[in-house]
Amino acid sequence: MQKKMECSLPDEVLEHVFSFIRSDKDRNAASVVCKSWYEIERWCRRRLFIGNCYAVSPRMVIRRFPEVRSIELKGKPHFADYNWVPDGWGGYVLPWIVEMVGAYPWLEEIRLKRMVVTDECLELIAKSFKNFKVLVLFSCEGFSTDGLAAIAASCKNLRELDLQESDVDDLGGHWLSHFPETYTSLVSLNISCLGSDEVSLSALERLVGRCTNLRTLRLNRAVPLDKIAYILRRAPQLVDFGTGTYSADLQTDVFSSLAGAFYSCKELRSLSGFWDVVPAYLPAIYPVCSRLTSLNLSYAAIQSPDLIKLLRHCPSLQRLLVLDYIEDSGLEALSSSCMDLQELRVFPSDPFGVERNVSLTEQGLVSVCLACPKLQSVLYFCRQMSNAALVTIAQNRPNLTRFRLCIMEPRTADYLTLEPLDVGFGAIVEHCKDLRRLSLSGLLTDRVFEYIGRYAKKLEMLSVAFAGESDLGLHYVLSGCESLRKLEVRDSPFGDKALLANSAKLETMRSLWMSSCSVSFGTCKLLGQKMPRLNVEVIDESGPPDSRPDICPVDKLYIYRSVAGPRFDMPPFVWTMDEDYALRDS
Amino acid sequence: MSVIEFDGHNITVSVKDVEAILGLKNESVDIHEVVSKENVKELDANYNLNSFVNHVQINRFRTFSPANLKAVIGLLLLVPSLTLRRIRSYLEKFWVLMSPPLLGVEEEVQSNVSSPSVDCGLGLKERNYLGLSDCSSVDSSGVSSLPDNNKNNLNLKATELRLGLPGSQSPARETELCLLNSGKLDEKPLFPLLPSKDGICPSSQKNVVAGNKRGFSDTMDGFSEVKGYAYAEKSWMFHDAGSDSESPQTVGHGKYPGNSGANVILSARSPGAQASVKKDEPANVLQKQPHATNGINLKQTDISNNKSSAPAAKAQVVGWPPVRSFRTKTLATSSKNNDEVDGKPGPAALFVKVSMDGAPYLRKVDLTTYSTYRELSSALEKMFSCFTLGQCGSHGAAGKEILSQSKLKDLLHGSEYVLTYKDKDGDWMLVGDVPWEMFVETCKRLKIMKSSDAIGLAPRATEKSKVIN
Repeated sequence: MQKKMECSLPDEVLEHVFSFIRSDKDRNAASVVCKSWYEIERWCRRRLFIGNCYAVSPRMVIRRFPEVRSIELKGKPHFADYNWVPDGWGGYVLPWIVEMVGAYPWLEEIRLKRMVVTDECLELIAKSFKNFKVLVLFSCEGFSTDGLAAIAASCKNLRELDLQESDVDDLGGHWLSHFPETYTSLVSLNISCLGSDEVSLSALERLVGRCTNLRTLRLNRAVPLDKIAYILRRAPQLVDFGTGTYSADLQTDVFSSLAGAFYSCKELRSLSGFWDVVPAYLPAIYPVCSRLTSLNLSYAAIQSPDLIKLLRHCPSLQRLLVLDYIEDSGLEALSSSCMDLQELRVFPSDPFGVERNVSLTEQGLVSVCLACPKLQSVLYFCRQMSNAALVTIAQNRPNLTRFRLCIMEPRTADYLTLEPLDVGFGAIVEHCKDLRRLSLSGLLTDRVFEYIGRYAKKLEMLSVAFAGESDLGLHYVLSGCESLRKLEVRDSPFGDKALLANSAKLETMRSLWMSSCSVSFGTCKLLGQKMPRLNVEVIDESGPPDSRPDICPVDKLYIYRSVAGPRFDMPPFVWTMDEDYALRDS
Repeated sequence: MSVIEFDGHNITVSVKDVEAILGLKNESVDIHEVVSKENVKELDANYNLNSFVNHVQINRFRTFSPANLKAVIGLLLLVPSLTLRRIRSYLEKFWVLMSPPLLGVEEEVQSNVSSPSVDCGLGLKERNYLGLSDCSSVDSSGVSSLPDNNKNNLNLKATELRLGLPGSQSPARETELCLLNSGKLDEKPLFPLLPSKDGICPSSQKNVVAGNKRGFSDTMDGFSEVKGYAYAEKSWMFHDAGSDSESPQTVGHGKYPGNSGANVILSARSPGAQASVKKDEPANVLQKQPHATNGINLKQTDISNNKSSAPAAKAQVVGWPPVRSFRTKTLATSSKNNDEVDGKPGPAALFVKVSMDGAPYLRKVDLTTYSTYRELSSALEKMFSCFTLGQCGSHGAAGKEILSQSKLKDLLHGSEYVLTYKDKDGDWMLVGDVPWEMFVETCKRLKIMKSSDAIGLAPRATEKSKVIN
């Protein structure tokens, strides 16, 4: 049998066949069929995704996959997005870049998420990879526009530069002028995160003018409204456009030129930006609205009446990001005009306010869920929710795959019955069989976790805050959710028993984050000793955890599986619970 | 183990630590030791209200709601070394941070204060302290008619504290308040979401009753003695949250958003402290009674005021709701611009200049990008590292640890430098004397000053209360 397999197909043919397998999962499956498949697969793997930069070392990756062209790496835990991970935690990309410079001279793509990227890294990338094409820095930090200038100056074949939501030290707009005048390959440029008041407009205009393949352009608020028309006219082929500042005194000539420029962009499918929007200028985009599939207004403070007018022009919309100024009335309008909607995100305009400032309730979400049959993904911030609403949503939208609900006040009960929201979220996991991501909020007991463990078999990521009553809750999840890869918990009374009882489960997951829970330091140590493939990191900015008794709960706990062993770049407030630690301790 | 845990609605205090604060176990225990359990290193050697409140605020509370505020008051009252005057001057600071619903809660407190039992053993001064809620009662009744504060004898305080309340007649405070709240306060109903009448109220009083004896066991007795309906929401709950987290008592913990207000749960986490804890009765009460009563009240509130059915006791929690910091920053800037368009003042990026004695350069920091003193400290530490590091080394605690908030504080307080700020009145104050939110509102400049030059800079609270008086 084995003999037959070996002889069945020449390596070249297999390699060709493998090249059609795009999904990492299938690639991984193929590589464990037999030794020869493993060998062939590893030599022809061009794209790598590493969900945790500490799960494996760069050298191990390079040893196994010598011919990589594209790498995607993720760094900090997801909760870092909300500033819940202390500054300096880690997630440095430099060691990776340094290793890859030697091993992958033909590397073309680097996509990073939540990593610390320094200007040194960017300069290294710029000068080392001869055919570098794609740099995506999503929620990254640590670099400045000087580093970007190096990329601009050296990467002749750069197609994509995306700085989405990165924290860039913006030293001024001059870096754009480092793109050589001969450079024309840009397809996608996203600089919307840059905070500078200035951007080199002439450099930007020239760049846009000469890069005829530009499809995506997202500007920052330094680009004034009266320049938008000019830029759009130079790039009528744009598919995805993010405006700069969208405010000016209302002047008919500015307006008509803007409207004309939008009208000439026949390919536009996606709009974003609208910083500091003046609603009177919104009708300028009406001519393109009918084609729009994606609209990101989540940084635009547009009140409900203006939004309603706008949405009536957008029948093809599939994705809408919006502030809660949309209110129930706007969502009602959305549900009647945008039947193709697949993704809805409603962000709070005043997240830290005490009083509700808008009339947005569960009703808005319910009406969208009832009317939009394709809705799959929901992120919704609101101040009140009921079990009845959640049950309605679940029964009518069983196709939901991502459901993130944030009721802003922690532990808010069903406002109608004053019951916990267990039943509502239970209905979501019961009916939405393909649910992959779920964020819980509101008043929740262990019951909801029982439902989740029982029904959410495809759930991959679960976020929990201020929920549950005991270890039992966590136990239900860890023992029940077969597909769970990431679990993040804060301020919930989960502790030792559940973790110890499910320690093997942790090795099947990418990571577990627990902050302000009830996990004792002793359990952390125990897990670290008994589970050598887990990196158990205790994070406590107030001092070494071993200065307290073992039964004391740890401040923050981050557990992830790793074949690389403990990391070496821990800041002083992170302690790894490995055997060495145990030895030191005893 | 934490001294105080605040989970959004309840405050959990380990009995051991409270005993330590009270000095029950050992007269010599001072807050220095207690705090070090929290691993906040070397707070001021002399425990004072500043460090306590900052400690509490920085580490656990950060913002103030009736729940945590009352618990803090209660705790402070239990600390023998604190004069009520100092506590009160602090509360004035909190006051302006509180929103009308909170005041409403306080008003309820007040109306219940007049029960005779409160008098027992309380000195006039302490009554006066309680009177800080009187002002809200003045204001609340002022909505419809004249103030009626005859039922209590705390008018003096009322006058003072009225300064901080919405709709008050004091011009100075009123403007300040309007600034703080973007001018919205006046338009709001004062008590849109009054919790149950019998609800939260008794909390601080009863505890003050016990607190006046300044003894922990007295407090306990107070609890077990009180019976009946009004006690349903007894806030100082004692339950054993010790080793067995599945014990039934914990079920009620934090289940009643908005109404659980001032539940302070003293959990006996440390073995040996449990003997004095009477856990059963209060825990049961917490589970059963409040549910019914509050439920009705909440509903009524909702019906009568469906625009604002948010829970009364809005308790903000650090880092909640989960909004990306990038988004928060952007929103802060854009709302500024929008409000400018509308001609209204609003939150904005708050750049303040930072200088350091002896440093050749100035820096600017945007206070809105930080949410705690800790974050600010570490940012400043980075900016002025070449200067502070030397100090750090000389302080002996340098080495591998990064400069934490406490350490900077330590560094700045204990050594040659202190971090000071100029408030909106132009006075230079020591950083860390008021809650972070208030600091952000008032800070106009920052200076890392030679401590020899900073002598005489009073902590804000005392200074200001002098002015007011």
